[in-house]
Amino acid sequence: MNPAFSVIIFTTIAGAAQGTVVALALAVLAGIPLGAAFPPVLLLLALAMLVAGLGASSLHLGRPERAWRAATMWRTSWLSREVLALPAFIGLVAVWWSALRFGAAGPWTNLVLPLAALALAVLLWLCTAMVYACLRFIEEWAHPLTFVNFVFIGLSSGFLMATAAATLAAEPAFARAFGPAAFIATMLAWGTRMLALRRNAGIRHRSTLQSATGIRAAQLSQQSMGMSAGSFNTREFFHRASLAGLARIRLALVLLGFAFPAVLAAVGLVWPSPVPWLLAVAVQVPGLMADRWTFFAQARHPQNLYYQVVS
Amino acid sequence: MIGWLKRMLQSNALAEAPARARRDAAVRADRIDDGHRPEGAGRNGSSMPVDAATIGTDHGPSQTLAKQLALVIDLNVCVGCHACVTSCKEWNTSGAAGPLVDENAYAANPTGTFFNRVQTYEAGVFPNTETIHFPKSCLHCEEPPCVPVCPTGASYKRAADGIVLVDYDKCIGCKYCAWACPYGAREIDEERQVMTKCTLCVDRIYDPLLPKEDRQPACVKACPTGARLFGDVKDPDSEVSKAIRERGGYSLMPEWDTLPANQYLPRRPTQKVGATSATPSSRDLS
Repeated sequence: MNPAFSVIIFTTIAGAAQGTVVALALAVLAGIPLGAAFPPVLLLLALAMLVAGLGASSLHLGRPERAWRAATMWRTSWLSREVLALPAFIGLVAVWWSALRFGAAGPWTNLVLPLAALALAVLLWLCTAMVYACLRFIEEWAHPLTFVNFVFIGLSSGFLMATAAATLAAEPAFARAFGPAAFIATMLAWGTRMLALRRNAGIRHRSTLQSATGIRAAQLSQQSMGMSAGSFNTREFFHRASLAGLARIRLALVLLGFAFPAVLAAVGLVWPSPVPWLLAVAVQVPGLMADRWTFFAQARHPQNLYYQVVS
Repeated sequence: MIGWLKRMLQSNALAEAPARARRDAAVRADRIDDGHRPEGAGRNGSSMPVDAATIGTDHGPSQTLAKQLALVIDLNVCVGCHACVTSCKEWNTSGAAGPLVDENAYAANPTGTFFNRVQTYEAGVFPNTETIHFPKSCLHCEEPPCVPVCPTGASYKRAADGIVLVDYDKCIGCKYCAWACPYGAREIDEERQVMTKCTLCVDRIYDPLLPKEDRQPACVKACPTGARLFGDVKDPDSEVSKAIRERGGYSLMPEWDTLPANQYLPRRPTQKVGATSATPSSRDLS
């Protein structure tokens, strides 16, 4: 598949924002002592990221002025469900922020809203992952690991961001609790992503040129795909990067997305300073974008069987 | 509620084919009869009334249709002349929906939107090879994967005749349906930024202003060798059903259970001209 940058940016930013909200929700539910100013600031940061992500996602539409229609087919379409879940999550975060900003803490802000935020974050991750996983013939995507990776990567990036904010804002209790959690989440995300990459490398695709054309011959090759220049079919479904480029991006995703952030998180656990956490966040951003790019690039769409040779 | 949950899980089951629907004979009440369609459907489905006679957008398991219009492509006689490609493009580019994209038509890298393309494959190893020309357009699947994924409902399958169409007024150009089609049958029109695909010339086959013999898809009319047949695959006496039965028509990518309506007829051994015995000269393809 051709990775669309607007979708890469949207899912990465939204995932990190969801992880940050989950961190705050867990902290509030666990009763970790937090300064009065910290939760609203964290929520505002998450809100800004979510709105930016929503804006980025509308860039990949051909007709963004009709985007409201995308919420209508939620009965059958996971994309439609995501289009409902994302604004719902944004709304909930906004409500939580305003409850903290303009009201006193109480059962709403201590229990109901955090629980709802947790549930909606998981639901949004589910919808986002199922948009890809429900396409049963894109075998790289149609697997529970897709959902698992969206969650763990979101948790990793969100927890790192929340811990960085906590160390900057001098919230020792939060940093003590979520520093280790961020490290664990990053290691988990690394592990499951490696599992997925290994699985992708070993997939024996069900569709072959013989099944795609029904021509029963042991030796079958395409001589012409019917046009001499490109078309939507040759642009949308292939990443057009070189093999060397693919290898470089794969290295970037492992090192920048997981290895360096994990090391920096470990450093941050023993060195009480915001620097390693901020570095971890900064290093992870390009790494996760490389990871999402690889997620798209590795998907081998069966329609590519029909578009191999110009002639 | 439970029914909805079940249908939701069935319609987008993770990594497995959708459950084969219990086939029942019920059909939506408002069928549209051939040739009696009121104002002649709008070109390319743009002014097509999306009435209640659509399926696939709001329920999971598909109903058995009483009528399914489809094409049958005879690979035995296609010579790869591309007449179907050009006639399809001409018909769909001069209609009310506006011209299909055709960029750099006379330059080095022309690109454009086509509903139907003819490809060429070579089977076997030299000198025992066979060149097979392979037209491909939307297969109007009975369980179209492109329909349930559409977030706006622009992608729909008509209950009356089983044609899968795009409502250009609703489409947001998100390309999700193109991702969902394993055959690559859908293309985006880069200028209008909506998804387009073969309409089975729905604006020709129901147009009462056309003479009866013209009420068939442009590609079928244009084919000089008669490699394209058009009809109702649910009617056992139709030309297409007979061809499928007698010649062994098959589906593309059957492993994904999309149940394409369009079927392909395979190559078959050719009788040697003037042969006195009944033995045909067969090509060994394996």
